[in-house]
Amino acid sequence: MTNKNTPQIYDPASSPTSSSDNLIPVKEIHEAGEPASPSRRKALKKMGGVSVASLLGTAALMTNSDEAQANIEWAEHFQSNYRLMTEEEKAKAVARLEKRYSEEYGKKVTVDTTPAQEGVLFGYALNIQKCIGCRRCVKACVEENNQSRGDQEIEWIRVLKMEKGEFTPEKMNEGYPNDYGIQVGGNAYSASGVVLEGEHYYEPEKVPDEDAFYMPIACMQCEKPPCVKVCPVRTTYREPDGIVVVDYNWCIGCRMCVAACPYWARRFNWGKPNLPKEEMNPNTHYLGNRPRMKGVVEKCTWCVQRTRKGRYPACVEVCPVGARKFGNLLDPESEVRKILARKRVFRLKVEANTYPKFFYYVD
Amino acid sequence: MGLLRKTLFFITDYVTYVARGGAKFYGWLGFLGIFITIWFYGSYVQLTEGMIITGLTDQVSWGIFLANFVFLVGVAAGAVTVVFPAYVYKHKALHDVTVLGEMLAIAAVTMCGLFIISHMGRPDRLWHLIPYIGIFNWPSSMLTWDVLALSGYFVLNVLGGFYYLYKKYCGEPLNKKFYLPIIYIAIVWALSIHTITAFFMNTMPARPMWFHSMMPIRFISTAFAAGPALIIIVFLIIRRNTKLWIEDSAINLLSQIVVWCLGIALFLTFSEIVTELYHPTEHSHGLQYLMFGHNGLNNLVPWFWSSLFAMIAAFIMLLIPSWRKDQTKLQIACVMTFLGIWVEKGMGLMLPGSIPTPIGEFTQYSPTFLEIFNSLGNWAIGFAVLTILLKGAIGILLGDIKLEKQEASV
Repeated sequence: MTNKNTPQIYDPASSPTSSSDNLIPVKEIHEAGEPASPSRRKALKKMGGVSVASLLGTAALMTNSDEAQANIEWAEHFQSNYRLMTEEEKAKAVARLEKRYSEEYGKKVTVDTTPAQEGVLFGYALNIQKCIGCRRCVKACVEENNQSRGDQEIEWIRVLKMEKGEFTPEKMNEGYPNDYGIQVGGNAYSASGVVLEGEHYYEPEKVPDEDAFYMPIACMQCEKPPCVKVCPVRTTYREPDGIVVVDYNWCIGCRMCVAACPYWARRFNWGKPNLPKEEMNPNTHYLGNRPRMKGVVEKCTWCVQRTRKGRYPACVEVCPVGARKFGNLLDPESEVRKILARKRVFRLKVEANTYPKFFYYVD
Repeated sequence: MGLLRKTLFFITDYVTYVARGGAKFYGWLGFLGIFITIWFYGSYVQLTEGMIITGLTDQVSWGIFLANFVFLVGVAAGAVTVVFPAYVYKHKALHDVTVLGEMLAIAAVTMCGLFIISHMGRPDRLWHLIPYIGIFNWPSSMLTWDVLALSGYFVLNVLGGFYYLYKKYCGEPLNKKFYLPIIYIAIVWALSIHTITAFFMNTMPARPMWFHSMMPIRFISTAFAAGPALIIIVFLIIRRNTKLWIEDSAINLLSQIVVWCLGIALFLTFSEIVTELYHPTEHSHGLQYLMFGHNGLNNLVPWFWSSLFAMIAAFIMLLIPSWRKDQTKLQIACVMTFLGIWVEKGMGLMLPGSIPTPIGEFTQYSPTFLEIFNSLGNWAIGFAVLTILLKGAIGILLGDIKLEKQEASV
């Protein structure tokens, strides 16, 4: 397998020979998670991700007032579904959002609108043999994607701890009915073999637990997503690069998608999200990690704000054992494609017929 | 007299008639007013704070708001048990009071709308559903089918009901070419609203407890038990408190409909229990949790068994003809049917559908006080609407308000 220490960046333009130009030094990636600093702004400029609209937003920052804030929120009420917006409307919406976020979080916030890249279909592979259940991915995800913190914490990734259980000889002759041969019995009612329901609230001193293995889950970015089909207003949909996104400004909060997801991947903002200023990641995408409002649904987007610019999702980057792999399914040379070709691969809940692009594998 | 003038007289007469009433009438509305006042406060808090004030979680994200909605769609559909025998089997006694069934349907659909708005995280964005200015994901999303079905049913009943009342008020014969198609379409439409409400839950493989084809017929059978059960109670109240006499034969037929539909509903419940529990798979966890609890988590267990007991007892009571014809026993059985099915739709179906979650997590849910008060408020508004609609309709049926009186005074 690849070297764990240097993050390999796939090429969004799907050229088989991955160019090292897209590679971002590890140092700068770490800076992205930290509060805004002069060097952070420099990094932003270097990445060239600042749109015209965001510059307008910065200009508007200078003349902030409560009234302006109210006007922005008022205008947001009437904006259209993201896909129905003209380029001009998109620029206006982005400028509005950047202004509001920048004021609210006291730093320069950018809202990116980079579309899906040509020839890219994202895929994800997770080595359950390697996962140690440390949940660094969960933490990195929350920090990167501006989820709500504290008592309303929202986590997109849940790591299921699967207990191994055991067979005991004491139960060999137990069961019912007892008289003329046992119909149900033995070890049927104890945790023998793998218990199907995982536990995701485990709080260990150390990981991994010897009597368990770990199965992280998040949005599977299905090719046939049931959540998208049930949405009455098409606020959630599948982007051309295979990521299922939510237009937070269009969601009516009916939670049809929450009920329809077989992987329990969707989260709802029951109250106003609690996102401390200093922890806010200002590098956002319209369909990804921009701050959410109360009453809307959110989910994993495979860090669309990063991956469309040739970076890895935060969870892939942070995984200490290299269990998480990400790349372009259309590129035969990408890591995920090689895993699909060479490893023993499975998907979760195939009976749901959702065709996830999230694969599990063992070496 | 011109149409516009007649309509104006109809409206003013109708409004002045329903606004005037005795101490009992005002007392009842005042009682409902208490709940509506609390509802204003509760809704304000929910709008400003968000759904966080409910007991809902990401694990159990559909709660009592949606449970009441589903139940009330059934009540709305149940109104057809008055219309159907009246127009298809020419039942004379029911024919005379068909309009009361339509008024009940209007009130029930109003409550459905209120519960949906309470359920929504962003009620301010309801307009996103409106075709052309928003996006209406039809035919993909079952929820959009439900929107169409319910708003269509609402329009049909308002049209049919008020057209009938207006003509009666004017003392003119009905235009059957206009009226009868509305009635027959409304009959079929009534079946569709509860069928689609079942579809909107049972088309999700992620929720194995709902994911079976028996749901729509079970919904229809419970609806045609709970709906007429409420109608019988309302009819008996009307008989006691107004001059309008509803024939015994009407109430008798409705009580027969209740007993047979209740019997079918129970049969379907038992079929489900046997099928799911003979060899319980992972998909039976919801039902097992509902019936027996799970490792000490047993919030729903008493609800399930009391609901089942109420339904069986009501069924047996109504099976005996002499009991069915005894007003006191009939009322008790109807209340038991209504409450039993209300529990069955809510605690018996809506909640265990989310427990366990698709990844096997058992999370209990109990509504908060605000959630309960907001639900009670929705019911209170619905009952206030029902009371006012019925009062006006009865006034016209009795001939208390009619155009002749206006003409005489002019």
